Amino acid sequence: MSDLAASDPASPAPAATPRFSPLHEQHVALGASFTDFAGWQMPVRYTSDLAEHHAVRTAAGLFDISHMAEIAVIGEAAGAFLDEALAGRLSALAVGRAKYSLILDERGGIIDDLIVYRITDHEFLVVANASNRDAVVTALTERTADHGVAIDDRTDATALIAVQGPAARAVLEATPQFLAPELDDLTYYAWTTGTFTGPEGDDSVEVLVARTGYTGEDGFELYLDVAHAAALWQALLAAGAPLGLQPCGLAARDTLRLEAGMPLYGHELGTSIHPVQAGLGRVVVTAKESFVGKAAIEAGPGDDARVLVGLTAEGRRAARAGYPVMSGEEVVGEVTSGALSPTLGHPIAMAFVHPAHAEPGTTLDLDVRGSRIPATVVPLPFYTKET
Amino acid sequence: MSAVPADLQYTAEHEWVRLEGDVATVGITQYAADALGDVVYVDLPKVGSSVTSGSIVGEVESTKSVGELYAPLDGEVVEANDAVVDAPETINSDPYGDGWLVKVRVSETPTLMSADEYRALIGE
Repeated sequence: MSDLAASDPASPAPAATPRFSPLHEQHVALGASFTDFAGWQMPVRYTSDLAEHHAVRTAAGLFDISHMAEIAVIGEAAGAFLDEALAGRLSALAVGRAKYSLILDERGGIIDDLIVYRITDHEFLVVANASNRDAVVTALTERTADHGVAIDDRTDATALIAVQGPAARAVLEATPQFLAPELDDLTYYAWTTGTFTGPEGDDSVEVLVARTGYTGEDGFELYLDVAHAAALWQALLAAGAPLGLQPCGLAARDTLRLEAGMPLYGHELGTSIHPVQAGLGRVVVTAKESFVGKAAIEAGPGDDARVLVGLTAEGRRAARAGYPVMSGEEVVGEVTSGALSPTLGHPIAMAFVHPAHAEPGTTLDLDVRGSRIPATVVPLPFYTKET
Repeated sequence: MSAVPADLQYTAEHEWVRLEGDVATVGITQYAADALGDVVYVDLPKVGSSVTSGSIVGEVESTKSVGELYAPLDGEVVEANDAVVDAPETINSDPYGDGWLVKVRVSETPTLMSADEYRALIGE
């Protein structure tokens, strides 16, 4: 055996001093295995990747994603500023709603993908990937010139807990210390304010409760002060256990998002990739008069630019990031993410391929360490939850 | 803490070897299985094939990563565990028992690590 570390070419090298989540002691107590993710020591699994994956598809999973970056944008012109700084039209976002967006560079490349929450008329919360925290804060700060807005990186003060799965709502409702009155009416990509009262009955703390996620299931993401995170984590686990709630690590999170066809920065997204190549053309509002990257987006990435596709194969051997995609003897693309789908039972992959080979139904080959595995182009996502 | 049975020998590539007469049973250690996560695919060398110590003879793949299987000694494969190919999760549940991978008739007695040496290698 070798290569035991699940080395990920897209992840930066481990930081000299690892960072720990405010929930780190909870994970240690639960017997988690840890992995480095963008300099953070995060749980990769507690028991079994597959059991955790299936828990989210059939009941519910509890994720610590406190490594993600929360960046507030504050000021009367915050909406107009974000219209210029990001790809979407955030000024049109209603208070209480969230929107998936992108931050682009001048060449139209993707600096990061984001979820943006409108907190008040004059305040937005921008949530970025852990690996891109510095890049996003730097880009936003550079773009504030003349807009009169403030950028406040609140990552270190903010914990983020995700409850995902068909039983997610029942888990929140079964947690007596947690109250969110509008949960019934909370639609996908909306948020509300809940309250959590700790076990000591001390002052309750506000929780931003968002109906968002990264698993392809119904679910919630809970933002709160780091000081109360461990108590909320424990309360959710205790109340959720009878409903099948399991703590889940980053391994399950990765296979869940892959089945749901959701991109991961460093794999499907990067500064050398235009949104349209990753199937995210709709996220960019080109009708806006001005935004960073507009000229490059309008020029487009070129007719031969590779586009993101889904690929499915038979058997059990999965292609991994970096493996060539072949048509006959010609290399026509490269896998960006791949796994044996725990839900579907066959290998799935996302890959960038030449547009001539991107039509669903096209038959290609995956070069899996020298073996040719036949694969078929399919529309994304691979998995859609029952509604 | 992962189990490191005292009656087995080990390699730096996280394989275990049980030598009985001139036949060595080979598997991967619990430490390796735990590090891989849920094993979902196993590729083993064919019965009758010759293997050379240090050469890659198979693969053990989990949902997250791929591990290569190195031959821990020189010899000829006399049996491959087909049951583990059909049920790769056996490697996680019983790495030193039903999760064995191949049996090799050894051509010369190999030099391997003791359980204590392997424990030191994995820092336990």
